[in-house]
Amino acid sequence: MASKAPRHEMPCQDAVARAKNFNEVALGYPQEIAVEEAKRCIQCKKPKCVEGCPVGVEIPQFIKQIAEGNFLEAAQVIKRKNSLPAICGRVCPQETQCEAQCILGVKGEPVAIGRLERFAADYEMAHGTTKFTKPAPTGKKVAIIGAGPAGLTCAAELAREGHAVTVFEALHVAGGVLMYGIPEFRLPKAIVQKEINSLKDMGVEILVNQVVGKVTSVHELLENGYDAVFIGTGAGLPYFMNIPGENLNGVYSANEFLTRSNLMKAYNFPQYATPIKVGEQVAVLGGGNVAMDAARTALRLGAKDVYIVYRRSMKEMPARVEEVHHAQEEGIQFKILTNPIRINGDENGNVKSMTCLKYELGEPDASGRRRPIPIEGSEFDLPVQTVVVAIGQGPNPLVTTTTEGLALKKSGNILVDEKTLATSIPGVYAGGDIVTGAATVILAMGAGKTAAASINEYLKTK
Amino acid sequence: MYSIVKRRQLAESIVLLEVQAPAVAKKAKPGEFVIVRQKEDSERIPLTIMDFNPEKGTITIVIQEVGYSSALITRMQEGDAFLDFVGPLGQPTEIEKYGTVLCVGGGVGIAPVHPIARGLKEAGNKVISILGARSKDLLILEEEMRAVSDEVVITTDDGSYGIKGFVTHGIQAVLDRGEKVDAIWAIGPIVMMKSVANFTKPLGIKTIVSMNPIMVDGTGMCGACRLDVGGETKFACVDGPEFDGHKVNFDLAMKRAAFFRNEEALVYNNFKCQCAKEGK
Ligand SMILES: Cc1cc2nc3c(=O)[nH]c(=O)nc-3n(C[C@H](O)[C@H](O)[C@H](O)COP(=O)(O)OP(=O)(O)OC[C@H]3O[C@@H](n4cnc5c(N)ncnc54)[C@H](O)[C@@H]3O)c2cc1C
Ligand code: FES
Repeated sequence: MASKAPRHEMPCQDAVARAKNFNEVALGYPQEIAVEEAKRCIQCKKPKCVEGCPVGVEIPQFIKQIAEGNFLEAAQVIKRKNSLPAICGRVCPQETQCEAQCILGVKGEPVAIGRLERFAADYEMAHGTTKFTKPAPTGKKVAIIGAGPAGLTCAAELAREGHAVTVFEALHVAGGVLMYGIPEFRLPKAIVQKEINSLKDMGVEILVNQVVGKVTSVHELLENGYDAVFIGTGAGLPYFMNIPGENLNGVYSANEFLTRSNLMKAYNFPQYATPIKVGEQVAVLGGGNVAMDAARTALRLGAKDVYIVYRRSMKEMPARVEEVHHAQEEGIQFKILTNPIRINGDENGNVKSMTCLKYELGEPDASGRRRPIPIEGSEFDLPVQTVVVAIGQGPNPLVTTTTEGLALKKSGNILVDEKTLATSIPGVYAGGDIVTGAATVILAMGAGKTAAASINEYLKTK
Repeated sequence: MYSIVKRRQLAESIVLLEVQAPAVAKKAKPGEFVIVRQKEDSERIPLTIMDFNPEKGTITIVIQEVGYSSALITRMQEGDAFLDFVGPLGQPTEIEKYGTVLCVGGGVGIAPVHPIARGLKEAGNKVISILGARSKDLLILEEEMRAVSDEVVITTDDGSYGIKGFVTHGIQAVLDRGEKVDAIWAIGPIVMMKSVANFTKPLGIKTIVSMNPIMVDGTGMCGACRLDVGGETKFACVDGPEFDGHKVNFDLAMKRAAFFRNEEALVYNNFKCQCAKEGK
């Protein structure tokens, strides 16, 4: 019989304390709460939640295992569909995916599927002993470009089939956005590295410091014995606003700001040599996960006032609900319906303020969201010394412009067959943010999986 | 991986390192750079390539101690290795036959000029190299530059060797004797590149400079390296590092280069204190 208890809150570090450290904010369910929460699931015959999951995790089945106290089995059920559950349990936008479909959500609150996924995955990491048995080698070689969630998932799936897989990563560590973008306090890097180590145990070779397009190219890989290539290079090109003052000192792209802090560990400066600087007042431009991460990082680096400056209203913010909520608890100030028109500097070229306009919402635009319209005469100056631009990222052209014959969309993203993720070059597949534009971890993983299935089929014909 | 096969002290605080990096060496071209990270807690720092040897599988870099990270690298010995060594990065020099070209290098900037001069010479240009240093004992790579140039002109700030003055005086001297110059490459401190560009602009001589701003990834991912070139924002690591010197906003580049000055001084001073304590 399903329990009628209300949805269980996630235990979190105290908001005041955590705004000063980089430790993980959400602490995870203790066992007894996880079991209680799992008992809320009514085990629908036709589970809608599974339809909401981009990779089709068998949600009622794994929750049932948790309810019965079989935590390792729960993790194994998840892993049949999702190879990185400790990560997805932490960063997936569950409220618009699986949990949005949960029947309990119609009248009350949905089952906390994401938190249960995280619980099972963490339990397995701590207690699991499942060893991967290597399949017989097929003798086929596949090159994966980019070690983000798309590339890593594709690599895992192909290794499972017995193909020899080599991942080429431009940075000095694998993980993509999971390592350089998403902060430690939301996704501990040790967890990402554990997941990556289990890939290595499967026999996946990961070569870091390899910028494809420079040190080698897609065509060279094909000529040098790789039977197929998967491109998962992400959306790594930061957009700027193109307003005056954007090259002043103190203006960072979110990518730079987060890379300094996360990948280079500037939050540990001077133990780590890479510096980062924030003023007392910091403005972060944008309303997505990237903006929330940058704002909360700025706070932890010592800023007094951190503003999210966003052109639309709270309702339109694309960030995960939990992140907005956490940001508010920590004291991030939301300046919504506001947009900068100019960044002002002092005589040394350092940012001293940002001139903004206030907006109101008009008719819905092409995206279905109400279009923000500037209010005349609403100009005002916001004193800030640091500005972080988090308004989105485009496709990095390093691979796409050096691969002859690779068809692109107008946006510069790679054009693929939507079903198979095949590109215009035989044997070359692509997926994740480089195809879709900046999206989500789980969609990138889903693409990695789809591409792996197609590559597997393709290799049978070779 | 990435171990140092040869180390040569070129001048006080300037060191040449030949590093094992076969994949990079196979692809390197004049004008490109690498990003290195010495150890786990180090910064990623960009260094322009001084030489490359695809047969031996090595890349040669020249580095001057100007702060903490460079101090650590100049102290590395043969057999030591870099943790990370990425490249080749950036757009290569547009090597073609221009006619007569000047290759101007100031201080440690002479190093990246070397492969460019060689490339231009191989392409059939008359290469006149102008090498500047504060004084004779700080002048590096004279012999190597003579080997790839038709002529070498030396300038020193204190007059201890060659023409007394700046590289612009060297350029002036070459022009004064009636040499018709078709293009100039100028690499060195920002102030030097700025004065060369200012000098050649009214003369209408094509002038290429190589910018070395603060970088993080070196692949176009972060925008730390942005510059204003002709009113447009460019990323030095992927659009450059070479740009039309007549279009670069050098004043902005100078301000941006100074952004982390206090932080850099802090780690450098800590390091020097530590060294003093350990008697190094
Ligand atoms: C700060 C931030 C927070 C986010 N928060 C969330 C969240 O909470 N939930 C969520 O679902 N999504 C979130 N996202 C989005 C999510 O991280 C991405 O959609 C996802 O990582 C895309 O995966 P990917 O594998 O396509 O690309 P990436 O993760 O970008 O990985 C691409 C990899 O390819 C490498 N690469 C690029 N070019 C080359 C080359 N030429 N040669 C070799 N390697 C190359 C890159 O270095 C990188 O490692 C966030 C993104 C950011 C930036
Ligand atoms: S160094 Fe990051 S974009 Fe150039």
